[in-house]
Amino acid sequence: MLHTNIIANTNTINILPLQVKNLQIVKKGNLLLNDVSLNIESNDVTIILGPNGAGKSLLLRTAHGLEAPTQGSLKWNTTVPLPQQSWRAYIFQKPVLLRRSVRANLEYVLSLHDVDKNDYDSLINSALEYTGLSSLAERNARVLSGGEQQRLNIARAWILQPKAILLDEPTAELDPSGTAAIEQLIKTIAEQGTKIIMTTHDLGQAHRLANDILFFHQGKLIEHTPAKDFFKYAQTQSARDFIDGKLLTGSIEK
Amino acid sequence: MNDFSQAFAKALQLIFQLDPALLEIIGLSLRVSLTAVFIASLIGLPLGAALALYKFPGRGIIVALLNAFMGLPPVVVGLVVYLILSRSGPLGVLGLLFTPTAMIIAQVCLITPIVAALTRQTIMDANDEYHEQLRALGAKASRMMKTLLWETRFSLMTGVFAGFGRAIAEVGAVLIVGGNINHATRVMTTAIALETRKGDIELALALGIILITLSLIVTSLVMSAKHAAYQYHS
Amino acid sequence: MKRTLIFILILLFNISIVYAKDEVFITLSSTTSTDNSGLLDYLIPKFKNKTGINVRVIAVGTGRALLLGERGDADLVLVHHKPSEEKFISKGFGIERRDVMYNDYVIIGPKNDPANIKHLKKAVDAFKLISQSGIPFISRGDESGTHKKERELWELTGVDIDAYSGDWYREAGAGMGATLNIANAMNAYTMSDRGTWLSFKNRDQLTLLFENDPPLFNQYGIILVSPERYEHVKHKEAKLFSDWLTSAEGQQAIADFTLEGQQLFFPNASREVATSVMK
Repeated sequence: MLHTNIIANTNTINILPLQVKNLQIVKKGNLLLNDVSLNIESNDVTIILGPNGAGKSLLLRTAHGLEAPTQGSLKWNTTVPLPQQSWRAYIFQKPVLLRRSVRANLEYVLSLHDVDKNDYDSLINSALEYTGLSSLAERNARVLSGGEQQRLNIARAWILQPKAILLDEPTAELDPSGTAAIEQLIKTIAEQGTKIIMTTHDLGQAHRLANDILFFHQGKLIEHTPAKDFFKYAQTQSARDFIDGKLLTGSIEK
Repeated sequence: MNDFSQAFAKALQLIFQLDPALLEIIGLSLRVSLTAVFIASLIGLPLGAALALYKFPGRGIIVALLNAFMGLPPVVVGLVVYLILSRSGPLGVLGLLFTPTAMIIAQVCLITPIVAALTRQTIMDANDEYHEQLRALGAKASRMMKTLLWETRFSLMTGVFAGFGRAIAEVGAVLIVGGNINHATRVMTTAIALETRKGDIELALALGIILITLSLIVTSLVMSAKHAAYQYHS
Repeated sequence: MKRTLIFILILLFNISIVYAKDEVFITLSSTTSTDNSGLLDYLIPKFKNKTGINVRVIAVGTGRALLLGERGDADLVLVHHKPSEEKFISKGFGIERRDVMYNDYVIIGPKNDPANIKHLKKAVDAFKLISQSGIPFISRGDESGTHKKERELWELTGVDIDAYSGDWYREAGAGMGATLNIANAMNAYTMSDRGTWLSFKNRDQLTLLFENDPPLFNQYGIILVSPERYEHVKHKEAKLFSDWLTSAEGQQAIADFTLEGQQLFFPNASREVATSVMK
């Protein structure tokens, strides 16, 4: 398949809405996601918030096919089967880069997806330029700084022109300047029409990036509201406590 | 101690004169052990990787056997290979006993478990690190195995060198299946055993010095491989 | 990097190609005494010159040398323990046994001879004195011809050596050279074939203390592995070697072989045996 075909395909695929119905995930007898139902329709930045163990990452992983629902369903609006999943990419908190050059890391991703070899150079160069890594192209990926590594991680996702990128706390291990660079990248990618769903612990980051907020607590979806409403008029006590930086321990009340 | 320094001087003389008998023995040692390590790697690397990555019936038994075989005394391996290759054994018709081929077979049996077990451990560790990421990138199982083998190439090389070190230094197996025949199957270790038995310390010592030098080279190769692996890690 | 690895692999493979030597050879399983002394290294080139046949020697103890013959892993055996040899033949593994030569055993011990055996006339008396002295005696302990011979001598003394095993009677489970090394390290007595003793270089405190008593003589026989039992044995070539070794020329070669100026092996292929075999 030619890369131009991928782009053509991804342009014609309408992956939204993402529909989640009565999603339940049980692991080793623990109920980790409890009867979650939601619809994501707008093609912008959705941020998942919540304390540790709320099920944020689990939802994200399920959305990328890394976890299977115990009950219920999670469906993107597409029939493209998993092997051609180049329309969707996943960013881990800590990138695992291959022990080779920055350029070779990008080439590796292309080689996984039947991209025409003649297109490699132009695709790689534009991804490098897009993420500001052109000058580091021949460096060993494993010796890059944390911020550079995460930028390469995003380049690795972006190079296939996905319709959605899922990010699991992408800046958790970065310093402020690294974080700023990544946030800028995410913003630009979203503005160019790629759906972003990400988790974060950083409320400020949620403020800066989010169009809507999914708030999870103890495996349940507590609120799904536009970001500006969430921070001003959170409807539940637990969400208000979370915003105020209080420890959430008690039971859930609506 | 005077005896020792005399023997040592004579040993060095043999080495620097490139004594033909000495060269023949060293050549055969290298030929046998390098071939053995090459074949053992062809078997051990994919086997170890498969054991690390795939679940299949009998896997537990194979892993247990590999670990048990890793510490097997060479004489036992030699004896078993002898009984198989002996004219009265199941593969006797091949007439391989007392040939370099028989010695290679014995050494392959001896070091394949080492290569496979170390490969399995290395690939298992790497898989813990890479699996999710590669899956998320869209890599299929066969591609994942190839990627992991390449990513861990330096660590895997330490296993291969360890196998070579064991092969070149072992005496029990090659003595039994090779027979220590002059000009045919005499290698460094069997020659050392023989010359020591005869009380001819000089030749034994010369061979010993070469063996030590070789294992020093191998060790430093292992260390630089480890160093390279470490550099790529950090 | 990839190219380097592939290059190394190709290199290893090339090194490893085993060049098949195109030579006619027979496999002789023999004892360490004939090989370590250098006798076979002296004889084989002469035989090869004459016939073009090389002889590959597996040098082990008499017990294992016969076992190699029994399993068909050798074409002929040259050993020195007649009862075992006769058993080998009666079981159908060997044919055409011929006497070849004899050598003799000597008793080796510390230079100061603490058991005082130096001036004795009979080997049995020497063994008796050693047993009474409590000085360690190192036995091969490996079921070799030498070991069997030594056990026979102990039996003649009436000393139940098994009762002293691990005490002053030490079984090394090793070849002759290794046993001499141990005797040297422990200042002990041992019994060795003369050839190994003469070629043994690490003598130190050891010296020859007793020799030249007929019970110490040691007859070597050569036996062909039965071609009826094992079709693959190179019977014709093996027989050529056996014939040559017992011929006037072979016997002279054995007599000519010396070590440190001493003749080690005394040819005695008796005419009767040789002719009876020739039939």
